[in-house]
Amino acid sequence: MAYPANYRYTREHEWIEANGKSASVGITDHAQDSLGDIVFVELPKVGDKVEKGKVFGSVESVKAVSDLYSPATGTVTAVNEELTSSPEKINSDAHAAWIMKIELADPSELDALLKADDYEAYVKEETGH
Amino acid sequence: MPASATLRKTALNAMHRRLGAKMVDFGGWDMPVEYSGLIAEHMAVRTGVGLFDVSHMGDVQLRGPGSLAAVQHLTMNDASRLQVGQAQYSALLYPEGTFVDDVIVHKFSDNDYLLVINAGTREKDYNWIRSNARGFDCHVSDYSDYYTQLAIQGPRAAETLQKLTPTDLSKIKFYWFTWGTVCGLPNTLIARTGYTGEDGFEIYVPSSEPTSEHVWNQVMEAGKEFGILPCGLGARNTLRLEAALSLYGHEISDSINVVEAGLDRFCKLEKGSFIGSDALHKVQAAGGPERRLVGLEVIERGIARDGYAVLDPSGKTVGSVTSGSPAPFLKKNIALAYVPRQYAEPGTEVAVEIRGNPVKARIVGIPFYRKPKKASAAATV
Repeated sequence: MAYPANYRYTREHEWIEANGKSASVGITDHAQDSLGDIVFVELPKVGDKVEKGKVFGSVESVKAVSDLYSPATGTVTAVNEELTSSPEKINSDAHAAWIMKIELADPSELDALLKADDYEAYVKEETGH
Repeated sequence: MPASATLRKTALNAMHRRLGAKMVDFGGWDMPVEYSGLIAEHMAVRTGVGLFDVSHMGDVQLRGPGSLAAVQHLTMNDASRLQVGQAQYSALLYPEGTFVDDVIVHKFSDNDYLLVINAGTREKDYNWIRSNARGFDCHVSDYSDYYTQLAIQGPRAAETLQKLTPTDLSKIKFYWFTWGTVCGLPNTLIARTGYTGEDGFEIYVPSSEPTSEHVWNQVMEAGKEFGILPCGLGARNTLRLEAALSLYGHEISDSINVVEAGLDRFCKLEKGSFIGSDALHKVQAAGGPERRLVGLEVIERGIARDGYAVLDPSGKTVGSVTSGSPAPFLKKNIALAYVPRQYAEPGTEVAVEIRGNPVKARIVGIPFYRKPKKASAAATV
């Protein structure tokens, strides 16, 4: 699956799509593929402060738990409650299944994140194919 | 990830990779963990049929006039009760009554027994068997690398395999076996055994790559109308967990004894002395073990995982989870855990510490899943 060019990516396999000061965060297609069938998402709460590089929740597949790391610092403005009952939506379309929306503290923080091409190259290097 | 040069491979390794399986290091073996998806694979075995490559399992044969005496000395179940063509669940024990490994003992003839052992403990088991069979008039051989072992599991397994053999599979009862022609290969061992809590067969074919791939493809083709899926170790684990079957290194180990593990029904102390029997007599005389293996169902939102702590209502750690996972067929979050005797009664409320938070769980009877009764399911020994 193609990685949207307007998103930025972390080495922990989250994506962030920013629009001015507001942004959506999810996990990448590569992340959902390595996890397998996702059965559980632990969401943050609206109003939570999240910090770049710090854990804000978790996703669990049948066989593993994976922490979610925030790509940027900010305040949670919305969480995707649909994922509580239908966590498999992350498997079917990871780049559309946002997990939280945040108000960015500093949009320029995103400049340090990976662009789509760099992320794709990073995944290739990490998996060896 | 590229397979490390040190990982061992089954004859079907290239096949798994062609099928796009995710591969993992399992006890030193490069094995498929899933192909199309763990949940779909799990459901195929519960409702149709699934095919597993379990060639990493070991096969140790004891032959000679002293083979029965050696098997009786080495294993906890009573092999003298086996008839030719019958198998039994058993275990190799240390003198402490704890586990070297669990095994399936097959009686080939009065002086020929096959022990099927776990992959991760192959060398340890083989050395243990060899050194402890030394005083008996029998020869111990490791045939592990000679066979590709395929498990065809599920309610449609018999119909699938029946297309590939003239042997009447309905005549083979659960935990019995025979030799027959499968896919044109004569003298193939066909056993009605498995590790999924479902009906099914395990067949043992020569481990050459072309032969193994040929049989794999034939089984896939035969099972097509039943929705057969190749299944990986991920589904194998969730299937055995729903059926509450023990896994070495989790529910059983060198520091857990037979009674704690709840496997005393497969341990026949009355057969006479064997390795571990003295220690187990003492456990029984002391009124049973302090801790017990129990089933847990998580009742609040959360998934119990291997190694998580079990807490009493005051929040004190009283036990630990040995295997925990979402159960794809039961659609519950279940776990096996060791807890002190006073918490072992079904219905008792405890908590599991999930990432720092106590999450409510209840002790439930095991197995969590029992296959629907069928005429072919006979009592095991």
